[in-house]
Amino acid sequence: MIQKLGKWVDDRLPVSHFWNAHLAKYYVPKNFNFWYYFGSILLAVFAIQIVTGIWLAMNYKPSAAEAFNSVEYIMRDVNWGWLIRYMHSTGASFFFIAVYLHMFRALMYGSYKKPRELIWIFGVLILVALMAEAFMGYLLPWGQMSFWGAQVIISLFGSIPFIGPDLALWIRGDYVVSDVTLNRFFALHVIALPLVLLFLIGGHIMALHEVGSNNPDGVEIKKNKDEHGKPLDGIPFHPYYTVKDLFGLGVFLFLFATVIFYWPDGGGKFLEAPNFIPADPLKTPEHIAPVWYFAPHYAILRAIPDKFLGVMAMGSAIMILFFLPWIDRSPTKSIRYRSLAFKIILFAFVTAFIGLGYLGTQPVTYWTTLFSQIFAFIYFGFFVALFLVSRFEHAKPVPERLT
Amino acid sequence: MMKVLVIFLLNLLGVGVVLASDGGGIPLKHVSVNLADRAALYRGAQTFVAQCATCHTAEYMRYGRVASDLHLSKAQAESLMPPHLKLGDEMVSFMPADYAKTVFGTVPPDLTLIARVRGADWLYTYLTSFYADPTKRWGVNNAVFPGVNMPDVFAAMQGVQEPVYNTVKLPDGSSEERLVGLKAPVIPGNMPPAEFDSLVRDLVAYMVYMGEPAKMQRMSYGPYVLGFILLFTVLMFLLKTDYWRDIKKPVKSD
Repeated sequence: MIQKLGKWVDDRLPVSHFWNAHLAKYYVPKNFNFWYYFGSILLAVFAIQIVTGIWLAMNYKPSAAEAFNSVEYIMRDVNWGWLIRYMHSTGASFFFIAVYLHMFRALMYGSYKKPRELIWIFGVLILVALMAEAFMGYLLPWGQMSFWGAQVIISLFGSIPFIGPDLALWIRGDYVVSDVTLNRFFALHVIALPLVLLFLIGGHIMALHEVGSNNPDGVEIKKNKDEHGKPLDGIPFHPYYTVKDLFGLGVFLFLFATVIFYWPDGGGKFLEAPNFIPADPLKTPEHIAPVWYFAPHYAILRAIPDKFLGVMAMGSAIMILFFLPWIDRSPTKSIRYRSLAFKIILFAFVTAFIGLGYLGTQPVTYWTTLFSQIFAFIYFGFFVALFLVSRFEHAKPVPERLT
Repeated sequence: MMKVLVIFLLNLLGVGVVLASDGGGIPLKHVSVNLADRAALYRGAQTFVAQCATCHTAEYMRYGRVASDLHLSKAQAESLMPPHLKLGDEMVSFMPADYAKTVFGTVPPDLTLIARVRGADWLYTYLTSFYADPTKRWGVNNAVFPGVNMPDVFAAMQGVQEPVYNTVKLPDGSSEERLVGLKAPVIPGNMPPAEFDSLVRDLVAYMVYMGEPAKMQRMSYGPYVLGFILLFTVLMFLLKTDYWRDIKKPVKSD
């Protein structure tokens, strides 16, 4: 009976085709390591953000008069409201932690290279959409940091010549960040950007499943197939990687829950202390610091004395990522077989990114500006160096099969 | 240069380093808060209602929530509340806002979330660091909040502390008086110092609780949630190991 029903549906909807194409008969390299857990973890975090977001929206009031109060009522009077809110706020930070690690994996193993350029481009688009999503979400609690952070970032658009001031006005819908801004950011945060993210994630995964996963050796498993056309070094995603990823998800959830239950403000990094003061347009906080995941880009912005050039540099820091598949000209994918020069510049790049992340949260001094400039130089220098290094690189020979 | 570099590197390591050379004032005193000590929280709540709530409001805190979280008896809860209020009411100030405006020039800030903004150590240091300063409107100033527009509500209990200044030579040759510490009051308060100290500690503990009542819940649910996830993770690890048994180690190529 159930089989009959199953067949009835399958004749009308490609359920078993989908199951086989993407899980049971989707072949994946068998040598994935630690760095390959983050893709499925990111899907899980996305789901957590959507579900907790729906429940938060049931009690949140998107108006300047009520937003702050409604968040406190969620924390106090709504049953389990505190848990839902902490899951959502911690989820935002963990989303970025996982995204940055996921991207670092791609840098290490050359996962953006031919034939995976589109996967990478979808990925960078996801990063951009995620940043917009996080930025707009951060305004919603309507605390001091929400308000002034948004005020500072939107005013950056105002520095663009000619259209800047009108553009900033158009984004805010008002001359300052106000009730109007809060309302539209709410709409964009809960409907528009999640939809964009959903489509981009769909594209990312479809492109991935078309060409198949890269792996820590950077060897194409599709080059070595058996008589049935199955990759010799490949194993079906289900059940092998579904169980493995469930284990990885368990470890991730353990860390996630530890923060939610014991350290929800993340030492002032996940929830900033001044954001427990309601937004006050008349009182500028002493020190406006972006949330940690925007800090590297904010540090690049501040490193440049001219505001408009700073905005351009900050934008370029992300835009340049789109071109990475063509900047890196080496045919060798994995760091395992690449030159020492590549390892050195990658290390310098990661150091600069973390350094910028620290500096972006600190008040401006002569020294923070100097170090931001040095690190920003290294950040962009990485791409220039990579362009040259990858052309003349003496890579070690890459094996035919996975090691 | 080296000094800055060292401080910068230490900061990167997460070690907080404060440049000792700038500014006077006094360092924050540490206070440990134990939310499991409900008796202390109740004493703190009583102090809060008696002292703070005269002028300040705790807009998001309901008396009923305090009563249930602190396991108060009906009599205890009723003695905590002003008689005209009900359990479902918030801890509003006894002072009408417009009257407060005429007295202070502004409405005293809401205190519900103050512990989340400032931290327990700051509150503890602030509440114990008022000192005599006749140039100020209320005759007192505060070592960690210079120029604060608030009278010392604990003056009768603690007595009024005296400031200790140090003369600092500035680079341009002039000198400046800087506050470096506080002396015991000339006229002692009506409460022994140890008793006063524990009163403030209880008050701070209450304010930490008030800033996030959910902290009590999350702390108590935490171990169960983590235990469940740990069990899940171990099971998934065993399941994974079992499934992966038949995957041959990759062939070594040569």
